[in-house]
Amino acid sequence: MATTSSKLVQQLDAVNEYEREPIPPGKRKGLGSFIGMYAGEHTAGTEFVIGPLFVAHGVSAPDLVWGLLIGNLLAVLSWALICAPIAVRTRVTLYFQLEKICGSTLVKGYNLVNGVMFCFLAGSMIAVSATAVGIPFDIAMPGLGDLYPNSLGWVLTVLAVGAVVTLIAIRGYEQVSRFANLAAPWMPLVFIASALAVLPELGVHSWRDFWPQAEAEIWTGVVQEGQSKFTFWHVMFFAWFANMAMHIGLADMSVLRYARKWQYGFSSATGMYVGHFIAWLASGILYAVWLQKFGNAEFAPGKIAYYAAGLAGAACVVIAGWTTANPTIYRAGLAFQALNPRWKTWKVTLVTGLVTTLAACFPALVMKLLDFVALYGLLLMPMGAVIVMDLYVLPRLGMQDEYARRTQSRFNVAAAVTWLGTLLVCLLLNFTQGIEIFFLGLPGWFIAALLYVGISKWQQRNLRAPAV
Amino acid sequence: MALSATGLLLTLIPSILVVTGHLDLATHQSWMLGGTLLWFISAPFWMNKKTG
Repeated sequence: MATTSSKLVQQLDAVNEYEREPIPPGKRKGLGSFIGMYAGEHTAGTEFVIGPLFVAHGVSAPDLVWGLLIGNLLAVLSWALICAPIAVRTRVTLYFQLEKICGSTLVKGYNLVNGVMFCFLAGSMIAVSATAVGIPFDIAMPGLGDLYPNSLGWVLTVLAVGAVVTLIAIRGYEQVSRFANLAAPWMPLVFIASALAVLPELGVHSWRDFWPQAEAEIWTGVVQEGQSKFTFWHVMFFAWFANMAMHIGLADMSVLRYARKWQYGFSSATGMYVGHFIAWLASGILYAVWLQKFGNAEFAPGKIAYYAAGLAGAACVVIAGWTTANPTIYRAGLAFQALNPRWKTWKVTLVTGLVTTLAACFPALVMKLLDFVALYGLLLMPMGAVIVMDLYVLPRLGMQDEYARRTQSRFNVAAAVTWLGTLLVCLLLNFTQGIEIFFLGLPGWFIAALLYVGISKWQQRNLRAPAV
Repeated sequence: MALSATGLLLTLIPSILVVTGHLDLATHQSWMLGGTLLWFISAPFWMNKKTG
């Protein structure tokens, strides 16, 4: 047993994810890896939550369809034209690039916030999976208004799911990629088939029936009690910024640095239009049927999918949760590991998985998912603007890029003021002007870009000979 | 690969038959489960083969 354990530890220690060096040419991956990864990652357990939440927020059918089409297009362009070119140019993780710009001390603060947010996100995915795993045990599921654990059975189910997800995540990117690839072609079909199968219960018996019934029975525009009203603009900005931390915030540099070409950033379209379009529509349809049959006492994606698709539907909820929780825990692990590069990746991921699993016990992560996703993108976005300005704008204005590396600084004041200043302005816009969190990302990016360039100009006024 | 493709077809096609009124929800669920099992049993034999 001891021999087996130490052998396992040796294998895990050998997992080298190139945290502090560019990806060598031999390790770069083809387009297929990214198509599978994006399709799998964005057809996730949380899609079973977001679609129903749009229904609960009273989105009308035309607002939903147009909002998703345009918002997802903007998200794909953000990956392809901002994140992927930078990832392929630098070939390093977001964290290592930030360290060169911001200095090790500031980056530690950023990594801590980043890692915690990833933990919460992965936690919501684990919670969604748990709503399916708990079905055979007839566990009481949380409702839309529940923020805290409501039964011991719920907590035990979440702990069991979290343990399995963590064990898979500590095996590294290769294992995650294989798992996502295997499930990727099957999952969207389950979403589509589940929704199709319940359409007759909404009065849809032919394609001509769909749109009138969609407006009358599914996305009716009627807001559920305790929820705010969503318009086209809410849907469009939510679809665009749902993964803001990944594309504009550049967290996906960690993944896209493996891409042979920057054009692979367009592969994110598989995730957006399969996961964030078809799957959100499908899960909304499922929830509309569930509401008509059983009301809104429980909000349990696992039960909803089980009603429509039986065991395959419940399995889809579990697997969809896993395929997204895995890379998210992996990313969180990278963020925490950057605090101390001597820590082993697998040990950091193990601790990250434990924290994530504990967070998943709280249903608030699921019920307030739309707000949380928007907040998570907003918190991390300013550093994406800092990197873009540092790579493309500062050198053209005669300033030095990678300020911290060149000056041996551990704390770049320009980046710190940019990050905190942007969030402060966004907070003021929210409190004083009443601008909802979903709409703050766009002005926030420009505020961050201007702040960083302006403060860098001041900071570098006495910097002369360019160091290399 | 043919088995895997059959698994995916069995996952999707029965739901279309439910919409057209040729199949009930319970039977669709059984076919869907069969398709799912077929996919997950057969796909690992050829997917990721290059890296595996």
